[in-house]
Amino acid sequence: MSARIGIVSFPGSLDDADAARAVRIAGGEPVALWHGDDDLKKVDAVVLPGGFSYGDYLRCGAIARFAPVMTKVVEAANGGMPVLGICNGFQILCETHLLPGALTRNDHLHFICRDQKLRIENTLSDWTRDFAPGQEIVIPLKNGEGGYVADEATLDRLEAEGRVIARYLDVNPNGSYRDIAGICNERGNVVGLMPHPEHAVEDLTGPSTDGVFFFASALTSLLSGARR
Amino acid sequence: MIDTVERAEQTPEVEQPFGELGLKPDEYQRIRDILERRPTSSELAMYSVMWSEHCSYKSSKVHLRQFGEKKPETDALLVGIGENAGVVDIGDGWAVTFKVESHNHPSYVEPYQGAATGVGGIVRDILSMGARPMAVMDPLRFGPADAEDTKRVLPGVVAGIGGYGNCLGLPNIGGEIVFDDSYLGNPLVNALCVGAMKHEDIHLASAKGVGNLVVLYGARTGGDGIGGVSVLASETFDEEGPAKRPSVQVGDPFMEKLLIESTLEVLKSGLVEGIQDLGGAGISCATSELASNGEGGMHVWLDRVLLRDPTLSPEEILMSESQERMCAIVQPKNIDAFMEHCKKWDVEAVVIGEVTDSGRLTIDWHDERIVDVPPRTVAHEGPVYERPFHRPAWQDSLQADSPDRLQRPVPQEFEQTLLQLVASPNLAGKSWVTDQYDRYVLGNTVLAQPEDSGMVRIDEVTGRGVAISTDCNGRFAKLDPYTGAKLALAESYRNVCATGAIPLAVTNCLNFGSPEDPEVMWQFAEAVRGLADGCQELGTPVTGGNVSFYNQTGETAILPTPVVGVLGVIDDVNRRTPMKWGPDGELIYLLGDTRDEFSGSEWAHLNGHLGGLPPQVDLQRERILGEILVAGSRDGMLTAAHDVSDGGFAMTIVEMALRSGVGARLWLPDDIDPFVQLFAESAGRAVVVVPRTEELRFSEMCGARGISAHRVGVVDSALGPDAGYPEGTQVLQFGEYFTITLDELREVHEQTLPALFS
Repeated sequence: MSARIGIVSFPGSLDDADAARAVRIAGGEPVALWHGDDDLKKVDAVVLPGGFSYGDYLRCGAIARFAPVMTKVVEAANGGMPVLGICNGFQILCETHLLPGALTRNDHLHFICRDQKLRIENTLSDWTRDFAPGQEIVIPLKNGEGGYVADEATLDRLEAEGRVIARYLDVNPNGSYRDIAGICNERGNVVGLMPHPEHAVEDLTGPSTDGVFFFASALTSLLSGARR
Repeated sequence: MIDTVERAEQTPEVEQPFGELGLKPDEYQRIRDILERRPTSSELAMYSVMWSEHCSYKSSKVHLRQFGEKKPETDALLVGIGENAGVVDIGDGWAVTFKVESHNHPSYVEPYQGAATGVGGIVRDILSMGARPMAVMDPLRFGPADAEDTKRVLPGVVAGIGGYGNCLGLPNIGGEIVFDDSYLGNPLVNALCVGAMKHEDIHLASAKGVGNLVVLYGARTGGDGIGGVSVLASETFDEEGPAKRPSVQVGDPFMEKLLIESTLEVLKSGLVEGIQDLGGAGISCATSELASNGEGGMHVWLDRVLLRDPTLSPEEILMSESQERMCAIVQPKNIDAFMEHCKKWDVEAVVIGEVTDSGRLTIDWHDERIVDVPPRTVAHEGPVYERPFHRPAWQDSLQADSPDRLQRPVPQEFEQTLLQLVASPNLAGKSWVTDQYDRYVLGNTVLAQPEDSGMVRIDEVTGRGVAISTDCNGRFAKLDPYTGAKLALAESYRNVCATGAIPLAVTNCLNFGSPEDPEVMWQFAEAVRGLADGCQELGTPVTGGNVSFYNQTGETAILPTPVVGVLGVIDDVNRRTPMKWGPDGELIYLLGDTRDEFSGSEWAHLNGHLGGLPPQVDLQRERILGEILVAGSRDGMLTAAHDVSDGGFAMTIVEMALRSGVGARLWLPDDIDPFVQLFAESAGRAVVVVPRTEELRFSEMCGARGISAHRVGVVDSALGPDAGYPEGTQVLQFGEYFTITLDELREVHEQTLPALFS
């Protein structure tokens, strides 16, 4: 039996179908979750996909955090369930304070879509354990508000605890502090990532298939019982 | 005081501001004749927007008929011209709809919102056919890249397209960016959308079934865009005129996303009898078109329309071009289910009317009758003009002024010439623009710019997909509009074939100056004739399109710019042919014949010259070339292909090399002037890359089909040291003439746009 991975659709979510495809390719069973339901349908893990939830006319993710489903996601995350927030999902995780810091407007003020090189810095989180330590990968990045910021103390703590899971290489595409592309919580089950692994799961449509490892990592975590 | 039908009957003498609304005196008289009384102010508003050039095609109709009259025999066309967008059968039960439309004038007035709502409008056209929108493309034209106003317009347009399309979740897979003096006061912002559906999901804009309900849903109606159609789209920009900013609509892509999802749900659930998007002319257009396409009658309670601004008058509500609205015809028994879907998506919906068999469109405002008209006279029976046209007096001297008089570079200058072309705004890399667009969303983008065509997968199981390209060289069209239109078609067709897809259908966006100028009208007539003839020859029907007139500043019209979009089908996107060539040893072939053709070329443009006759176009040979490119893809004979157009053979090679990151050795034939070989822009050519194992089979195929195939090079990553560069340096070696590194080419190619616009 494969793991059930829920993908939340908010109004304005755009990459939910892509996330479902990625879960399927990694060998999991994607389960559609609706923002207005406070029901996680017995899933084993949750993905908050990219997009513009509720239009993001306010601060990105600021409204989505109040969606009924998010109450359950926060509860489950605090209970150790693997949760991955991609792009808008990362913004939502910061708004819910499951992750520290915030995502701000790109320093160059433009939306940017590019094939981005990353280095995987932490292979202990539930969403990165299938990578080799220090592995360099290329996956798409596309955001208008992807600059990761936090105060110095928080950044130092993230670094000290090994909670920076991925860092931009070659180009810092949005002004993120310390080239941070993704982070995780203390327990390693909640991961926020600005680039889009769900767009790098087929050679035909992506720059690589490196993205599959994120989703496969969650399955490994769930099925091997390797989770803390 | 509300101007009712009753009052109109009683006060025939009231003077009405038809002129301000864009109606000519004889058009106004015709309305009085149709109604046998003066129109109410609401009726006048409706007629004025629906009879505007933008909505009625009154100047172009007599010419556009050729697209139907010369339509080639084809089984592919499921829905033809006249609906919101044409629908094409691509096999396996799939249908695809695509269309390109202009949003030129709004984008000049307010670049961000003008361009954004251009995307929104074309997406709703596709949605209203019942299709899920799959991708967008944007053919753009601007004034000189270094002009002050281009620095205002271009970044705003690009941000608007990105801001709307990215938030909507549609990949942007291509388009064009062209700079020319003639577009300085009148940029062209065209938007294309393609959508897919199963055959049984095709929906049409008709109000059938007496007693069925008319539902308006989506965004509330506000004061934006009032008069946008008649005031903006059908009038020329004068140097001094009142500020027109309030007439530009404001977009809400989030609402559009909700509209897409809710609409696809109600269509899939079988709850909709007919559907129409609200674009130009808003409720006036939707109600009159739905009514005249259906039972012929409709009654509307206009005061039920949900408003953003409660002070709007009925005339303004009828004319409002507020975005993100749709109109559906729903059976009474289905209305509750319809409303449930809207509620799920937080989309407001209200029943504003019902279908009747009265033959009249009647509209009430708080129980008073303000409109009572035969809907066909509003929607379909507007004025039709046989505008006078004649060949411009200057056409002969323009054609006589060939670029032969220009100083051509000597061989020692070829490298410099190539670098100038590579850096020129028209040929420079466009990633500064396209990186602001999401090309990955939906996960079906197989090819996106700078590839020859955008390609998306439609069916994830079978891999069936479509390729689309848009092209037009307005300089060719200026030199000879008939040939120029054919050349635009030929290039677009070739670009689709280059990716391995089979061309099926054509859409167009015909951007021209004022139809009241007989010389412009001649350009238009010739271009339409050329495109219709060309489509007939290539066997690809025109499925729809858009005409944009009045693209001029003062007396000066833009280059005639008939943008042609070609859609092709590919049975398995896994076999698409990209631009990127493979490993060392693969052979580079130039297909087609190269002639001394520089009129209207990028090289001539760079030298400030426009004159002569455009390149010859032979569509039968284009067709054969296309078949070779498709067969090469299907039978695995090609690693890469790229069409030869702007900048000629040398530019094609540079683009392929930069895409590949691998160098090549080229040799130039002895029997042709090397300058011509490198830079001429003869049509009907492509560069292909063939693995050695396939060489014999491929060249035999070309020989059998009578298309010349010259072996002109070989992929070679190890040339650097021979040319004195460190090991690993990738270079292009153009015969004995010059050798240049890819690093230098890339730097020159990529720096132009950021330097201008960052």
